[in-house]
Amino acid sequence: MHQLYTSVFEPGFFASPQVHVAATLGALVAVVCAVVGVFTVMRGQSFAGHSLGDVSAAGGSGALLIGIGPVAGFVGLGIIGAGVMEMIGVRRVRGRDLATGIVLGAAIGLSALFLYLTSTSGATTGAAQQVLFGSIFTTTSGTIPAVAILGALALGAIAAICRPLLLATVSPDIAAARGIPVRLVGLAYMLALAVSVGLSSLAIGAILSTALLIGPAAAALRLTTRVARALIIACLTGVAATWVGILLAYDSYYWGSAHEGLPVSFFIVALIFATYLASGVPAAWASRSRPEAAPATAGERDTIAA
Amino acid sequence: MFAGFMMNAWTTATIVAVVAGVVGYFVVLRGSAFPAHAIPKGAFAGAAGASLLGISTLLGLAVFSVLGALGIGFMSRRGRRDVVTALALVMMLALGAAFLSRTTEYEPEIFSLLFGEVLGVSSTEILPVAALGLACIAAVAVIYRPLLLSSVVPDIAEARGIRGHRIEICFLLVVALATAMTVPVVGALLIFSLMIGPPAAARSFTSRPLLAMCLSVVIALVIVWAAIAASYLYNWPIGFFVGALGALAYGAGRGWAAWRRTRTTRPGALTATFGH
Repeated sequence: MHQLYTSVFEPGFFASPQVHVAATLGALVAVVCAVVGVFTVMRGQSFAGHSLGDVSAAGGSGALLIGIGPVAGFVGLGIIGAGVMEMIGVRRVRGRDLATGIVLGAAIGLSALFLYLTSTSGATTGAAQQVLFGSIFTTTSGTIPAVAILGALALGAIAAICRPLLLATVSPDIAAARGIPVRLVGLAYMLALAVSVGLSSLAIGAILSTALLIGPAAAALRLTTRVARALIIACLTGVAATWVGILLAYDSYYWGSAHEGLPVSFFIVALIFATYLASGVPAAWASRSRPEAAPATAGERDTIAA
Repeated sequence: MFAGFMMNAWTTATIVAVVAGVVGYFVVLRGSAFPAHAIPKGAFAGAAGASLLGISTLLGLAVFSVLGALGIGFMSRRGRRDVVTALALVMMLALGAAFLSRTTEYEPEIFSLLFGEVLGVSSTEILPVAALGLACIAAVAVIYRPLLLSSVVPDIAEARGIRGHRIEICFLLVVALATAMTVPVVGALLIFSLMIGPPAAARSFTSRPLLAMCLSVVIALVIVWAAIAASYLYNWPIGFFVGALGALAYGAGRGWAAWRRTRTTRPGALTATFGH
């Protein structure tokens, strides 16, 4: 029994202060991302959610260059980017994607410049990789309060606009007829998205930020159509994937004889990806056993059309 | 600026701009900005994997971009397209992070794969880039009519027997091909700016498909040439100029469209008032 225990939790896992920081930060960010992510997936704004990560990373490299705090850089440029996206965004989904793409393109150009200027001034090495991938194990415990406060702010904003946001998401026309300022609600949501994506890019890196925003929420929404249930499932999935990923990354150092660990982001993303794929199984199974009750999927429509 | 080593940069950048202008027109028309961002960025992981295995970067890029395109294409049958694209992207990037943790790759090389190193193109790289570019344009020419129809009026295209899903996969493969050829030259992130800004601007000026496509190629060429010249003169990364000029071109297009709308609605409003 003890042997099994030590093979799952390699020695020193619970004592390591790095693991404590990573697990706390990871859980905080996973919950904020999962809640915001449910609305992101429902509104079909995954692209904006991902792009804001890159936009805020550009802010992070800018902050590195002029020497201000990374939190201000990440969240600041993220908020500006979200505002511009919403401002030039057209109502239709294609126009919105285009607006997102234009802002993203400009932000990528900016981060190329900032990173170049930072690397020529010779102040930091590994800046490009840090900004692009990030690592949960390198964050210090000093980041936790900032992440907690901003995360609470984003969650509070979402809670405050929850009902009008839901209606505006599901049916913008009915929402507008009821006197809900649809565009204003959309803007408030985008700002909450920018804050949560900015802070998660800072804390855990751009890859994980997108993965935790989209993956758990998308899996939850495939399992249930009720929003409250989806929120709970998404939070649990996100936190579970983060903790198991951290454990596997810690253990991976002891796999083989080379003593080269794999990055924690790899494990968390792989777990989330697998969860998403698995979440499609119940629906596929249900539609197979009761074909007349389930609405046709795109694949089925193709088959029928053929 | 036109010395021997610079001629390679001018030639490859010209080829890249033509391909980006043509493929990008359909990217914008189909609202495929996210896959067009995800495939090059995810393919970057393939380059990292190739350097780990010691095989050619181009092969790694090609394998990962095609896998990414097929993955997005097939998974979107059962899930929302933007969700599937995001998850495919992060999975590829996570693999890239795992590869990178195992290599001792020098950081400037990562930087140049992401942001491009057009000034460092060698003359042996021109031929494969040109061949892949031709293949890309040829593929677009072959599927031009069904692609256009399914992009603009998907329902009518379906009624005419064009299978939207097949066209989508073909198109994603074209994007993958364009990715594999352009990433070593302009970088994984910049090809995206070049595929979005110029066509989006071109569509504000004209609604005729062929004309818009030509205009998009012209704008892409101007942006790339200006970016190379500026990058040569000021020694800043070419990516910054491409990104900034792309956004500027889009802004100009939107401004032009808005100005023309106000100019045409005013006489229209007068006719409406005095018409009867």
